Amino acid sequence: MKIIIVGCGRVGQTLAEQLNEEGNDVVVVDRSAVRVREIANKYDLLGIIGNGATHTTLTEAGIDSADLLIAVTGSDELNLLCCIMAKRYSACRTIARLKSPEYATETEYLKQELGLAMIINPDYAAAKEIARVLNFPSAITIETFAKGRVELLKFRLPEGSALAGMSVKDAVIRFKASVLICTVERGEDAYIPNGDFIFAERDIISIIGPAKAAMEFFDKIDYKIQPVKDAAIIGTSDTAHYLCGELEKSGIRIKIIEPDEKKCEEFASRHDGVTVIFGDPTDEDLLKEEGVVSSDALVALSHIDEENIMLSLFAKSAGVKKTVTKINRIEYSKVINSLELDSIINPKNITADMIGRYVRAMKNTTGSNMETLYNIIKGKIEAAEFTVSDKSPIINTPLFALPIKKNVLIAAILRGRQLIIPRGADVIMPHDSVVIVTGEEKIYDLADILDD
Amino acid sequence: MNFSMIRYTLGWLLLFESAFLALPIITGAIYGEGAAISFLITAVLSLALGLLLSLRRPKATELYAKEGFVIVAMSWIVMSLVGAVPLVMCGACGSFVDALFETVSGFTTTGASIFSAVEHLPRSVLMWRSFTHWIGGMGVLVFIMAFLPLSGGHNMHIMRAESPGPDVSKLVPKMKNTALILYAIYFALTLIQLVALLISGMSLFDALNTAFSTAGTGGFGFRNDSFASATTAQQVIVTVFMLIFSINFNSYYLILNRKIKDALNSEIKVFLLIVVCAVTVITVDTMARYDSIGEAINHASFTVASIISTTGFSTENFDLWPELSRTVLVLIMFVGACAGSTGGGIKVSRILILFKGMARELHTLLHPRQIKKITVDRKPVSHELIRSVNAYIGCYILIFVASLIVVSFDTGDLVTNFTAVTATINNIGPGLSAVGPSANYAFFSPLSKLVLIFDMLAGRLELFPMLILFSPMTYKKS
Repeated sequence: MKIIIVGCGRVGQTLAEQLNEEGNDVVVVDRSAVRVREIANKYDLLGIIGNGATHTTLTEAGIDSADLLIAVTGSDELNLLCCIMAKRYSACRTIARLKSPEYATETEYLKQELGLAMIINPDYAAAKEIARVLNFPSAITIETFAKGRVELLKFRLPEGSALAGMSVKDAVIRFKASVLICTVERGEDAYIPNGDFIFAERDIISIIGPAKAAMEFFDKIDYKIQPVKDAAIIGTSDTAHYLCGELEKSGIRIKIIEPDEKKCEEFASRHDGVTVIFGDPTDEDLLKEEGVVSSDALVALSHIDEENIMLSLFAKSAGVKKTVTKINRIEYSKVINSLELDSIINPKNITADMIGRYVRAMKNTTGSNMETLYNIIKGKIEAAEFTVSDKSPIINTPLFALPIKKNVLIAAILRGRQLIIPRGADVIMPHDSVVIVTGEEKIYDLADILDD
Repeated sequence: MNFSMIRYTLGWLLLFESAFLALPIITGAIYGEGAAISFLITAVLSLALGLLLSLRRPKATELYAKEGFVIVAMSWIVMSLVGAVPLVMCGACGSFVDALFETVSGFTTTGASIFSAVEHLPRSVLMWRSFTHWIGGMGVLVFIMAFLPLSGGHNMHIMRAESPGPDVSKLVPKMKNTALILYAIYFALTLIQLVALLISGMSLFDALNTAFSTAGTGGFGFRNDSFASATTAQQVIVTVFMLIFSINFNSYYLILNRKIKDALNSEIKVFLLIVVCAVTVITVDTMARYDSIGEAINHASFTVASIISTTGFSTENFDLWPELSRTVLVLIMFVGACAGSTGGGIKVSRILILFKGMARELHTLLHPRQIKKITVDRKPVSHELIRSVNAYIGCYILIFVASLIVVSFDTGDLVTNFTAVTATINNIGPGLSAVGPSANYAFFSPLSKLVLIFDMLAGRLELFPMLILFSPMTYKKS
């Protein structure tokens, strides 16, 4: 597939890397020659210097034969213009990133009127993600498949857990688990465990199963879950606005702490039910006085990464059960991961992930369809959802009889409204939805999971 | 330095070379020559060594600029070393240095030979000589890298190090597809020339040799008098194709996409202008020597095309021409072909940027506060490109002078030595005087031959890969 990416910022670069790796013909466009040259040196793609909203540049980038244009420059208006121009010259699909909250309410209108395939607002996407994490606090991160019917939960095994030292096989028998152990992260390694894999303390484990079964599993292994009743949010960024909207829906009490009085007033006028506190969030006394340390969750959304990290660490040490940390720069992700922060939110990564998912779904047309794709462990393990076609080679055979590749796991089967956590005797039937977890090898088609 | 990646690439290169050797083996088998056995043994050895080196895939597949240069330079040396083996084994060359000179001359598309007569050589050897031109013309490493079963990116560094011209750009986003398009164009043009030559009445063997030699802008002949005894029609066909192969291949892609305006860029215009001027001057200068003006134009255009495309065929012993013509020929030896073609020389685009840079300097002397950008085809030329062109010319002069001094210890006169270095560093082949079109390079001492071998490789790979390969800085741990 031929994809033009306008804008070589962080999102543009991440997308260029991912999409190029997946075998697409990628053309990047940016006004800055330095950025274009850097990215063209790093990856096997074509770089064009120029303004992506002009006819000349778009023609040079080959808009007439492009399948998709992704506009992710720093300017919303330029992104929209790029998409409009691209639509004029060719039949390609277009995706625009719009940051400004002013456009947030107009998403559907813009999509329809301008013929955009997708509009993505990074702050809104981040807010959605945070809201999901807060609704299920003990799991570190959550992803839903099959329109919310399957949840993938990632959590860290606490010290002294009953599961530590036990093999997967034993754990399944002993806890009568009806969830599937998907992946295990230990330090920098990632595994798709087989039955003999032995858990250790502080492993990060991801499981798949219906919400109820997951709760039961947590209960059996003595992993404490308490729903969040109140949350403290640091900062009044756009993400905070969207997040308040989302959390108000699920009835969570919200406290906002913001060091700028004007912003406080503005925020208070927009969100009536929210307690807005004017004060310095790095002031320990203030946090204690306002009861932040005793709230169930703390969401650090200030625009300074270091401040967010420090606040989360402090809150964690003061006894806050759940912290969410927004980080813009993820260059030091190894160091940050070693800090044992619960949830780290990076709006740009979320944006790139969401667009990447759309592109893959768009690319897949033959055999069986990939519905969604999710990076469980970045760059190491992915989970993908497929719809099984009538002609697929894997149907009507018990799973134990299928020659499935190593490091590939069939994690869930959905038949109508029924969720099946697959065991050896189960059979995949046409029109099922199947969730596949894979290691390094990328799966584009359901037939790819079979050994040749 | 990623040594395992270098080893792996060299392994694949040897595998490819053993495949290339199939052509002389088949030729030898058809004509029942004993030389075929030498080629067969070399192919088997190359295959075995290649398998050994490429057996284990490297863990880290990253290639940075440094590795790119070293791989390219090493590959060309290894390729030449292996290619020289059968020439010694079958007895065509007396010493290994001679055989190496001949092979390097082949792969770098120079066409400078140590043979005084070629008609008595086995046909498999003749075929191998021409075929090395064809392999070396487009460069083989980009081809290999594009199809290597490796996931690592960074192939641009290889392409940049191997492709001729100051600035390398891809035609389509994927390296592999870009390489495919370029090789397809190369293949198609070669085929067209082959058919044209066959129609003109050439035998298949002669036509194949000529087509390979012209396509790579090499210049190895299969007759002692090169193209003097060929028919006029054949001479015209070769003239046209020598010019076609010295034009940037990107332009053909643009023409195929009906972007004729973009295809006719200023480099090509300047190139054609130089060709027309040189042909005119030489025609007028040599008119008195020929019966008709048509004959004079034919010889002048063939020779100019042969020299500026850095092929090195001849229809006439141009060494006997008047001084003015000889001077013009030496000058266009330095100019060379367009960037992104199979030709050698300094390249028209570099000369263009150089002259524009000089004009700008003059402007700044007259108007010290004026800000002026160099533009080519209405696009500003980046500062890095101008700097690299200047550095290139500097290195070029340095290597040229150093080579000339070493070669001067030999027996030849100044014109011989000067044009010998010129003809090798620019990948032309014949020079003037004792290395003229009717002479050869056999009389040079082994040391001079080694220097000229270095010049040929440096000229083909555009200096920097060879300099980096032999620079101790490259191997220091950073």
